[in-house]
Amino acid sequence: MTTLLQFKNVSKQYGNSTVALSDVNFSVNEGELVSIIGPSGAGKSTLLRCINRLIDATSGEIIFDGADMLKINKKHDLRALRTKIGMIFQNYNLVERLSVFENVLHGRLGYKSALVGALGLYNENEKKQAIKIIQSLGLNEQVYKRCDQLSGGQKQRVGIARALVQEPRVLLADEPIASLDPNSSKVIMDHLKNICTTLGITVLVNLHQLDVALNYSDRIIGISGGRVVYDGLPANLTDEDIRRIYGSDPEALNLIIQKPKEVAQKI
Amino acid sequence: MRSNFLMKKRLYSGGILLVLVLLAFGAASMTEFSLAKCFSSIPKAIVWSLGNFYPVADSFAKLPDILAKLQETLLISIASASVAAIFALVFALIGSRVTKINNFLATLSRLIANIFRNIDVSIWALVLLFSFGQSSLTGYFALFVASFGFLTRAFMETIDEVGADTVEALRATGANFFSIVFQAVIPMSVSQLISWVLFMIETNIRAATLVGILTGSGIGFVFDLYYKKMDYHSASLVVLSIVLSILLIEQISNYVRRVML
Ligand SMILES: Nc1ncnc2c1ncn2[C@@H]1O[C@H](COP(=O)(O)OP(=O)(O)O)[C@@H](O)[C@H]1O
Ligand SMILES: [Mg+2]
Repeated sequence: MTTLLQFKNVSKQYGNSTVALSDVNFSVNEGELVSIIGPSGAGKSTLLRCINRLIDATSGEIIFDGADMLKINKKHDLRALRTKIGMIFQNYNLVERLSVFENVLHGRLGYKSALVGALGLYNENEKKQAIKIIQSLGLNEQVYKRCDQLSGGQKQRVGIARALVQEPRVLLADEPIASLDPNSSKVIMDHLKNICTTLGITVLVNLHQLDVALNYSDRIIGISGGRVVYDGLPANLTDEDIRRIYGSDPEALNLIIQKPKEVAQKI
Repeated sequence: MRSNFLMKKRLYSGGILLVLVLLAFGAASMTEFSLAKCFSSIPKAIVWSLGNFYPVADSFAKLPDILAKLQETLLISIASASVAAIFALVFALIGSRVTKINNFLATLSRLIANIFRNIDVSIWALVLLFSFGQSSLTGYFALFVASFGFLTRAFMETIDEVGADTVEALRATGANFFSIVFQAVIPMSVSQLISWVLFMIETNIRAATLVGILTGSGIGFVFDLYYKKMDYHSASLVVLSIVLSILLIEQISNYVRRVML
């Protein structure tokens, strides 16, 4: 197995006081689905955004596909690397007034010059590919619909499609199911799992729900207060580990899951 | 504890009210403004208006003149608002939190917009009078500058509100600045931006009257002319035509808004 992504002593500090990540180390192999779990404010979103430099880490090294992301200075080089990193969001972050088709094609903008991108010119190949991906996510009927007419689950599938037309090596998902009902959540997680196994795209997903993480991931990284406190297989996660990740807040624990071990064994 | 908290809030509100009342009284006595005198003069004003301030057959002979000036004023208002909108969009994109290129340019752009916005259109008219003299060009520039300041601010806030998340998503795909602006920011905010421009055109037509008086151009100029000649009948016709054209423009922009949104 080759390593696709590696964090070495990565720290991130906002302003003078807020330490969002401190001395984070882990690595992700090609084709893995890794869940990052932790209470809100633990630093999950910050961690994901440090990978594609939406946020600049304060120190450390982030090696993606052999290159240190933090050492890239030229805007052009950074954009070229970002095309290889797809991202989906809790609130989908689509242009709601535009059609599904247009939103999905936005995933190609990273490959375009300023003028071509601004005019939104796409070639036949790109359009065909976009339609194919939209269909594979079960949105055949919605291709030319405006996104503000879609349900949450459908919007998130548009978000996934936009990331996939980038032809990415890795997909970053920041709480992709936090705003969805259980059924839509399952559809989205199944798609992510499927993307990972059939397309071989590495998936890094921030999750709030421990049971989902246990059911879907190849590996779990638990963070708390900006530190990695667990890094291992879902099946090896003990009650004590869970307490270390989520703290001793019993309410949060109860909300998340009653009997974590039993769920883990069901996989 | 709770009742104490509410009590405190009530005392606070009461205190603010008291300060306002004191300020009003203080200002009125300093300027020798009397509310009673003010109200008692209203009937007198009405009587005067009814006696003098209405168009008569004679004044309709001046209608072609008035309409020509009105047309000039409308065109100047529309032109100044539209051209200002283009400049405002550029400055708003540079100044918005969401789309800024860097902090220095963003601050600079905000500063420029604020300076232009906080100086009233009448001041601009007087200042520009020195460089351009009494002409419609002066009026045009005054309206342009004031529109630019206001629209930059309005556009900036629209973009701030509408776009942060989607802009982040497109930045993550590797899209460059111009792609993000034209593919996401503008499609998301275009209807609100147009709404602001329509509002600006309405505002400019109102302001054009005053600006016209100051710069000796457009509809304001003819009003001033008739008024000083004590030809109140013709002056009233000017006012009437202004009111009618503002109502008309409002109807049109309401219609455009309905269709757009
Ligand atoms: N832009 C920011 N400025 C300052 N502090 C921030 C910013 N974003 C996040 N933080 C802080 O960093 C910490 C981690 O936040 P985040 O990465 O969003 O956590 P999570 O996604 O796990 O909820 C929190 O304490 C949060 O308040
Ligand atoms: Mg988060």
